[in-house]
Amino acid sequence: MTEMTEKARIGAPSAAPVIDGFTEEGENLSPLNAGPVKAHSHGGGVGVPDSSRAGRLTSYKLADFAPLTGREEDWRFTPLKRLRGLHTDALTGAAPKIAVSGPNGSEAPAGITVETVGRDDARIGTAGIPEDRVAAAAWEAFAEATVITIPAELQAETGVIVSVNGHSKDPAAQHIVIVAEKFSKAVVVLDHKGSATLSQNVEVDVRDGADLTVVSVQEWDDDAVHASAQAARIGRDAKFKHVAVNLGGDLVRVTPASKFTQPGGEVEMYGLYFADAGQHLEQRLFVDHAVPNCKSRVLYKGALQGKGAHTVWVGDVLIRKEAEGTDTYEVNRNLVLTDGARADSVPNLEIETGLIEGAGHASATGRFDDEQLFYLMARGIPEDDARRLVVRGFLFEIIQQIKVPALEERLAAAVERELAAGNI
Amino acid sequence: MSTLEIKDLHVSIETEQGTKQILKGVSLTIQTGEIHAIMGPNGSGKSTLAATIAGHPRYTVDSGSITLDGEDVLEMSVDERARAGLFLAMQYPVEVPGVTMTNFLRTAKTALDGEAPSLRTWTKEVKEAMAHLRIDADFAQRNVNEGFSGGEKKRVEILQLELFKPKFAIMDETDSGLDVDALKVVSEGHNREFARGAMGTLLITHYTRILRYIKPDFVHVFVDGKIAEEGGPELADRLEEEGYDRFLAAAATGTVKA
Repeated sequence: MTEMTEKARIGAPSAAPVIDGFTEEGENLSPLNAGPVKAHSHGGGVGVPDSSRAGRLTSYKLADFAPLTGREEDWRFTPLKRLRGLHTDALTGAAPKIAVSGPNGSEAPAGITVETVGRDDARIGTAGIPEDRVAAAAWEAFAEATVITIPAELQAETGVIVSVNGHSKDPAAQHIVIVAEKFSKAVVVLDHKGSATLSQNVEVDVRDGADLTVVSVQEWDDDAVHASAQAARIGRDAKFKHVAVNLGGDLVRVTPASKFTQPGGEVEMYGLYFADAGQHLEQRLFVDHAVPNCKSRVLYKGALQGKGAHTVWVGDVLIRKEAEGTDTYEVNRNLVLTDGARADSVPNLEIETGLIEGAGHASATGRFDDEQLFYLMARGIPEDDARRLVVRGFLFEIIQQIKVPALEERLAAAVERELAAGNI
Repeated sequence: MSTLEIKDLHVSIETEQGTKQILKGVSLTIQTGEIHAIMGPNGSGKSTLAATIAGHPRYTVDSGSITLDGEDVLEMSVDERARAGLFLAMQYPVEVPGVTMTNFLRTAKTALDGEAPSLRTWTKEVKEAMAHLRIDADFAQRNVNEGFSGGEKKRVEILQLELFKPKFAIMDETDSGLDVDALKVVSEGHNREFARGAMGTLLITHYTRILRYIKPDFVHVFVDGKIAEEGGPELADRLEEEGYDRFLAAAATGTVKA
């Protein structure tokens, strides 16, 4: 068996296929898919826009992106009319104010630095490059960026809370860079509140051996519109955990991406969303396995209640040809609590090499599980309490991942309020 | 002393092929301090009886009655039945992600008793019961049944039996899928609670194996939705030797030969 595997490995890319159109990794369905993977492609695959996640247009220039029509693959679920001009207008409004502290207003952990820098700072552009028009608009428009640095080998005892408080409805741009230097360990919370029309780029540089958690909480006022591209670059043997919590706002669209740049990295991406009547909460994530022997796990859970509540989850995982030994699994679960709500769930797994540890995805959207309800009621728990217990249980699995007790309590309370408001 | 009385129970379910009758007239009376074993081949309606007593919504009672000390059980919701003292140890306990065992057990105990248990004695009680059933202490922080093996799930059902102290325990194939060691642990758990003298048991099983550890006073053989034969523990011994073939053949021809 070893011999066979070895032979297959050696023979894989260069040897002529035994059967025309087939390679070691299987069938090449179309010559259109056989083009080289482009590092900075402008345009989709070979003649087929968006045929692969690898082929998506990336650019720092707004002009490279065509005006949005709503028919684009990555905008097809988003109600553009409700973007309040983020995709059409100059983003000249005042950006939300940023304040950095520890939990509950305490001092930020010692050693953490917070800087406000100009556009020419070398750290800007290390982790992110816009992948859509709204992100590119923000990249062109921001005047200054906030850079938060966890110095090498610092083990932050408490969370770093980055409060982002919106106070204007004019379309605005914002840029935040988080750098976790070598062997540092920290939890950074981006805590969005108030009202805003905001396009935001967040770059996260997780350097070799670092262990960083970034929690992005969107608990905006009801009228807020927020698009946030959060791109992380994962170094050698680094660990990155990302938690997206979408609760408040009229339209929230978060696009977290994790790109492995060196072997040995581990990424966990979690998400929690709770959409009420009329709310549009969209989360599109991307895990880019570009190098060998990295591991990723994705779990997003959402609840919906009320007429017109709409959630979107799109999970793109790309295992490039080089990424042998990849181990990945992504899961999305939605719990629809009332009629009239809609949950879209699209897992996309692209695998360009067969030499991996494992790759899988799962998606399920359901009503209350009657069997769970029966089990709890059969233990004497009244129906209302049992339903609450199940919804809490469903969502708290994600909250349990945050590991900042003060924030966990606050979010648990926020979920309780959502539940109470819906009379579940 | 309590009495659970089932009279001429007819139960059906809705299937894609239409309504299917499963229980066709079952009568059974259990008193505190009695152990009744219900045995029978697959598909004979044993588990339907268990689920119907507990109030699973899938099952429709067409006629007949179930009463607990004269109270109409069929009029009660699922949670009311549990609070009235009925406990179903399930064949396939359900995973409830995100709800820890500790939270679940306390919530259920509070609902059953109508008041929260005293924290100190409750924690001690849970710990001791878990130790008796050889359940690792870290299970308390795990989510209900999530990732538990088949044997672990069954132990956790018996843990609840011991903690909730029902008037009647209905054990639905608790023995299936257990190795001998786990079967002993689970049986001992039941026997501890039974020995307190305040409980009656309806033990549903396909095999006679568990009856070596939980000794029945009465054995009822279920075939095709009815009780085909009743007797004492000796009937179980006979089933052990002969299997269900005698009853299945009889059901096919419509006669039962003794």
